[in-house]
Amino acid sequence: MATTMHERGETFSTPERSNFARAMRRLLRHRSGQIGGVVVLTLVFFALAGESVLPYETLAIDPINRLQPPSLEHFFGTDELGRDLFSRILYGSRYTLMIGLVSTAIAATGGITLGLLAGGGGKLADMLIMRVVDVLLAFPYILLLLAIIAILGPSLWTSMFAVGVAGIPGYARLIRGEVLALKEAEFVEAMRALGAGHLRILFGTILPNVTSQMVIYASFTIPLAVLAAAALSFLGLGAQPPAPEWGAMLVDARTFLRTAWWVVAAPGMAIFISILGMNLFGNALRDVLDPKEMSK
Amino acid sequence: MTALLEIKGLKTHFRTEDGVIRAVDGVDLHVNEGEVLGIVGESGSGKTITALSAIRLIDSPGEIVAGSIRYEGRDVLAMSKNELTELRGDRISMIFQQPRVCLNPVLQIGRQITELFDQHRDISEAEARENAINLLTSVGIPEAEKRFAFYPHELSGGQAQRVMIAIALALSPRLLIADEPTTALDVTIQAQIIELLKDMCRDLGTALILVTHDLGVIAEIADRVAVMYAGQIVEEADVYTLFENPQHPYTRGLLTSMPVLGNRTGRLSAIPGSIPKPSDIPAACRFAPRCVERVARELTICEQREPQIMGSEDHRVRCWLAEGAV
Repeated sequence: MATTMHERGETFSTPERSNFARAMRRLLRHRSGQIGGVVVLTLVFFALAGESVLPYETLAIDPINRLQPPSLEHFFGTDELGRDLFSRILYGSRYTLMIGLVSTAIAATGGITLGLLAGGGGKLADMLIMRVVDVLLAFPYILLLLAIIAILGPSLWTSMFAVGVAGIPGYARLIRGEVLALKEAEFVEAMRALGAGHLRILFGTILPNVTSQMVIYASFTIPLAVLAAAALSFLGLGAQPPAPEWGAMLVDARTFLRTAWWVVAAPGMAIFISILGMNLFGNALRDVLDPKEMSK
Repeated sequence: MTALLEIKGLKTHFRTEDGVIRAVDGVDLHVNEGEVLGIVGESGSGKTITALSAIRLIDSPGEIVAGSIRYEGRDVLAMSKNELTELRGDRISMIFQQPRVCLNPVLQIGRQITELFDQHRDISEAEARENAINLLTSVGIPEAEKRFAFYPHELSGGQAQRVMIAIALALSPRLLIADEPTTALDVTIQAQIIELLKDMCRDLGTALILVTHDLGVIAEIADRVAVMYAGQIVEEADVYTLFENPQHPYTRGLLTSMPVLGNRTGRLSAIPGSIPKPSDIPAACRFAPRCVERVARELTICEQREPQIMGSEDHRVRCWLAEGAV
């Protein structure tokens, strides 16, 4: 045994001490992680960079050059007001990312809290919370979004909030299930035998054990949230023109579908590619964070 | 000597759809300061439930329905939640059969020790870390400083059990309950772990309740032994007396079913039958249906009345066949 431990000691020498470093290394070697990662990083870059790196101002109207097809001057062409679509699409990535992150943050925070309370609290808390969750889930998704926006009024922020709230039940269910399973785990029993209190077990022992599932779930809900928010913008209930939000851009563009296909294609493809990229990235994350893979 | 932990008339029952399962049914036990008490029995004899009951780790549908449990004279059954969490880990601690699943998989092993200091002791993080590293070293983890940051899956079973022992003894409890601590380990590692437990407990003056089905382990480490069968203690004596002069046919059966190194002369003897189903335990002697000695001596009382545990403080037996019982 002594020899094996020594060998292990040497192979696991210092640089790889954290789970995070190991996960990152595996992610970089994962094929769909690479592709998805490039897409996600591109989104992040242009979201953070702002207008200065773009060839044109996103709101600059140029009526003479309206509805120009893609060319070297305007990579994606121009829209009905002569605005450069390439610049607008790149700039729009900040809306996409913000929508994905903010609404997922709302969904995760609410869902985790409710899930922990339901799974870790008493039977009464569990019953009450899960019935509310059931009701939310029984609501048609879009209808729920429309109801919330109807109350709060259409804007980018309310659409993010609505998408976030509509995502809460999913998280609550996931977390509750995990908590219920983990409550029976032997290391939780061992923690109790060592005198850990209820809250310590819930937050100190159980919560860290659901983080990887949460990250994975989030990687799938972010693109869904983006899609939902784009749909809301398309319905005129989310981001309002002239903001270069992709869903909002589609609304104005659809009139020109026959005459200037690129006006529709640009935001459409942007949505398509970014969702695909995020999903690929999410798949890779799931593989990388799988506890069974982790221990290899 | 005053008993550190004293259990009297403990009954832990489980309510199931098939009726009440009397997992522990009238157990009297005590452990003195610094003593090693072995609890032996087959699977299902109630030894683990007895151990869990001692620190009230019995969940629904299980319930402690009768008896008293006293730790240093304090009534454990009457303790509040806060008193219980203080008792566990700090005064009484426990290790389990499967060391690898008993460690939190996402927490570095060192942190699992410092967490205990954080909870029960008022010391700085640096001190806690140093204590943890010392502890890991003392349970035989080489290069403890480096392994502090290991995750449980990076340890072998034996190493994981060493870490569990370190965690369990971190706060120098007065009593350690070890539930089959070596069962899941390789035979070669078992001896090391038992040795370690013995040494650690002796150094810290910690009393040990060792729950096992392995009489070899008992012979190695225990001062006193309680043999359990179907939720009851059938025999209790100090380890020498028990091995040299077992009174209960069940104990004798266990002893003869132990392989002896170098003895290849005969088949290994086994106790016929199996432990009665918890839902249908005989009303008289619970061991009677399997008892070869009862058959040989044609005793009828065994099937009519339940024997009480009898004898002196040094050697108690629950059997009609025992000296002076009939």
